[in-house]
Amino acid sequence: MLRHLARRAAGFAVTFLLISVLVFGMMEIVPGDPASAMLGTSATPETLAALRAQMGLDAPAVIRYLRWLGGLLSGDLGVSTTYGVPVGALILERLAVTLPLTGLAVLLAVGIALPLGVTAASRPGGVADGVATLYAQAGIAVPNFWIGLLLIMTVALGLGWLPAGGFPGWGDGPGPALRALLLPALALAIPQSAVLTRVTRASVVEVMNEDFVRTARAKGASVSRALWRHAVPNALVPVITMLGLQISFLIGGAVLVENVFTLPGMGRLAWQALAQRDLIVIQNVVMVFATVVIVVNLGVDLLYTVVDPRLRRRA
Amino acid sequence: MLAIRNLSIAFPGPDGPVRVVDGVSLEVARGESLGIVGESGSGKSMLSLATIGLLPRSARTSGEIRLEGRNILGMSERALCGVRGRRIGMIFQEPMTALNPAMTAGQQIAEGIRLHRAAGRAEARAEALRLLDRVRIPDPARRIDSYPHEMSGGQRQRVGIAIALALKPDLLIADEPTTALDVTVQKEILDILDELVADLGLSLILISHDLGVIARSTDRTLVMCRGRAVEQGTTEAVLRQPTAAYTRDLIAALPRRARAGLGAAAPLAAGDAR
Amino acid sequence: MRALVLRPRRGFRLDDATLLVGAVLTALLVGVALLSLVWTPEDPARMRILQKLRGPLVSGLLGTDHLGRDLASMLMRGAFNSLTIAFAAVGLGAVLGTLAGVAAAAGPRFDAVLMRVCDALFALPPILSAIMLGALLGPGAPTAIIAIGVFMIPVFARVTRGAAMQIWAREYIMAARMAGKGTVRITLEHVLPNIAGQIIVQVTIQLAMAILTEAGLSFLGLGLPPPAPTWGRMLAESQTYLTQAPHLALAPGLAIAAAVLGLNLLGDGLAARLDPRRRQAS
Repeated sequence: MLRHLARRAAGFAVTFLLISVLVFGMMEIVPGDPASAMLGTSATPETLAALRAQMGLDAPAVIRYLRWLGGLLSGDLGVSTTYGVPVGALILERLAVTLPLTGLAVLLAVGIALPLGVTAASRPGGVADGVATLYAQAGIAVPNFWIGLLLIMTVALGLGWLPAGGFPGWGDGPGPALRALLLPALALAIPQSAVLTRVTRASVVEVMNEDFVRTARAKGASVSRALWRHAVPNALVPVITMLGLQISFLIGGAVLVENVFTLPGMGRLAWQALAQRDLIVIQNVVMVFATVVIVVNLGVDLLYTVVDPRLRRRA
Repeated sequence: MLAIRNLSIAFPGPDGPVRVVDGVSLEVARGESLGIVGESGSGKSMLSLATIGLLPRSARTSGEIRLEGRNILGMSERALCGVRGRRIGMIFQEPMTALNPAMTAGQQIAEGIRLHRAAGRAEARAEALRLLDRVRIPDPARRIDSYPHEMSGGQRQRVGIAIALALKPDLLIADEPTTALDVTVQKEILDILDELVADLGLSLILISHDLGVIARSTDRTLVMCRGRAVEQGTTEAVLRQPTAAYTRDLIAALPRRARAGLGAAAPLAAGDAR
Repeated sequence: MRALVLRPRRGFRLDDATLLVGAVLTALLVGVALLSLVWTPEDPARMRILQKLRGPLVSGLLGTDHLGRDLASMLMRGAFNSLTIAFAAVGLGAVLGTLAGVAAAAGPRFDAVLMRVCDALFALPPILSAIMLGALLGPGAPTAIIAIGVFMIPVFARVTRGAAMQIWAREYIMAARMAGKGTVRITLEHVLPNIAGQIIVQVTIQLAMAILTEAGLSFLGLGLPPPAPTWGRMLAESQTYLTQAPHLALAPGLAIAAAVLGLNLLGDGLAARLDPRRRQAS
């Protein structure tokens, strides 16, 4: 178990370094640097050079990369050229929107997919199976930002039940903030739940044919108990794998949905930073997002051992 | 106690329904043990699944299966859940796959107890521990928290027996309980099975393709071939003086020493020159 | 498809229906995209401010947008733009990913390195790469194609690697080895032809993913620049008129959904055809 953990952590570190080199290298070839962006085109070469020296931009690329890496680990990410505030603090503030948004989306997606997929699997070819198959195909095909638009049109503007956009912050307690996050999270969750429904159904159908499900039934367990207590726990590994794979899509989706609902999250920050050519912000936001992706995948690996006792010792 | 009358089971096939069990009748009295022999595909396993009402949904049945007068085939799902485990216990062939890999041995044994007797967690666990001891698992206090992958095939099958006997059912159906095991382990499992059946006064249906197993553990024997019952009688009579040609073939197919062990009369076996 | 007609006894087969519906929707998509090059009801870029925000059938088949452009014509040309970007991106991902995948399967020395690089690429969602590339190249086709294509490299690499490894384990590969054939030759003669089917299925499904992602990028303004009509930008522009002119948001969304659905169904249908287990059962 410990060795397995150590190996995974090493893999994590390598992936992290690879991404950081990739991101740094890419931002390196972008014309212009934060100093020129701050001063604009009217700056004299002397002031530009002075600012560069002050910001440490005159050092060789390797030194600047190592400094950035150190900053990433210590949380000191430099100062945003447009906002004039430390990037670290800016990102933390925005994560307080994006992480709850994606977390809520995952909860909703699982909350839709698990019952639907399992019910479909309990009777392959039945009515619920047909509904689930249709839902899966349709849900995968619709873009999340379009679902966002439709939800704004109907639930927010039409019925007036939930806000159409904006974010009140967490200052007034979780109520208003969650209300603001509900529709965007649903928009993110629907396509994800479609994929998950498909995987859940397929996996549960397979497990329902296993001998131990019959053993459970022979003990007197009802169909639904055999399904939920015996089949589902043994069908979760592929579902969790899919959840891990989807985190990339979820984060890409968050950028879009945050823009639809004007939520001040990481995605909107990245998009605005591009418009303002705030390179420091872009570089760090991308890096933080990529880190979230690999951390989630590391977490998924640990989750396997929770749901499947066979993986506990072997590892 | 159990009476099966003219039972037929069919599945829809590409060219019309396929009968896997065809007009079988049998009876098992209280405390009696019945062996069912036959090659794989002879319908024995479908017969046992029908008895606990667990046939696949696509199966079509006719005839009746009466457990103390009540017809299993006509029972509601709810009533069947009350029969399974409590009145009829079942042991399956593959100890490797018949246990849930995500639950400990104790949890799986306790499940039936908690389902049928509304017992509390602690009470069911204590009962599970006693059962593990009865099936002679070494170090039951430790094994109760083991997962199936941490146990050997023989140990798993002992857990399988403990699950089947957890509620002291009236009838135990053992479907090829030792086929997947090593020869030495087979004997241990059969010893435990014989002992428990005698102690608890259970009725037993033992399904096997192995005449040696049938000879050793059953009072009466039913021979099945392609879904039909071709011969039925006391185990001794069936093995010593088989009337059906198919039974003679089965005995003849045994190695000579095994045949001698059964006490089967060699001259009666067809095609045996020595 | 023929089985659907010839074997009424077994009722209709889901796999065949999937393939049929997928093929029809995809053919429709490609047909409309190609048609838009030679004919659209109106010039998709022509603005008629006086006829702005007209409803469907009031002006043209699907109405007009906030600048009075004909929605149906924009959708048609949008199909072409969307497909072009998707094809280019999937082409990029499929070629590089397949190369990486067969290389990884053929040589364990490459394997660890390539798969680690794939992990890294997979951790960069295309929208984020596009934002970085947008800073470098500005919005436009290259940004969209590279961002989507690079993300697909690990997808194709994983599929190809898995499939190729299964082929490498077969006996006739051993025989070819004994006959003195080199790794490259075996890959070209035996491995690639045997995994081509799985790659084609993956291309179909990834085209659907690419269309979705392209729509997202142009929604953010990272796709083709105006005046080229794209489904994503049409949706972005519709946001201001959600209550006033809901058809502006509905039509492009439905177009995206139909295109993605068609390609996904086609991919599923092809996969079912190629899967030997299911083929036998049919």
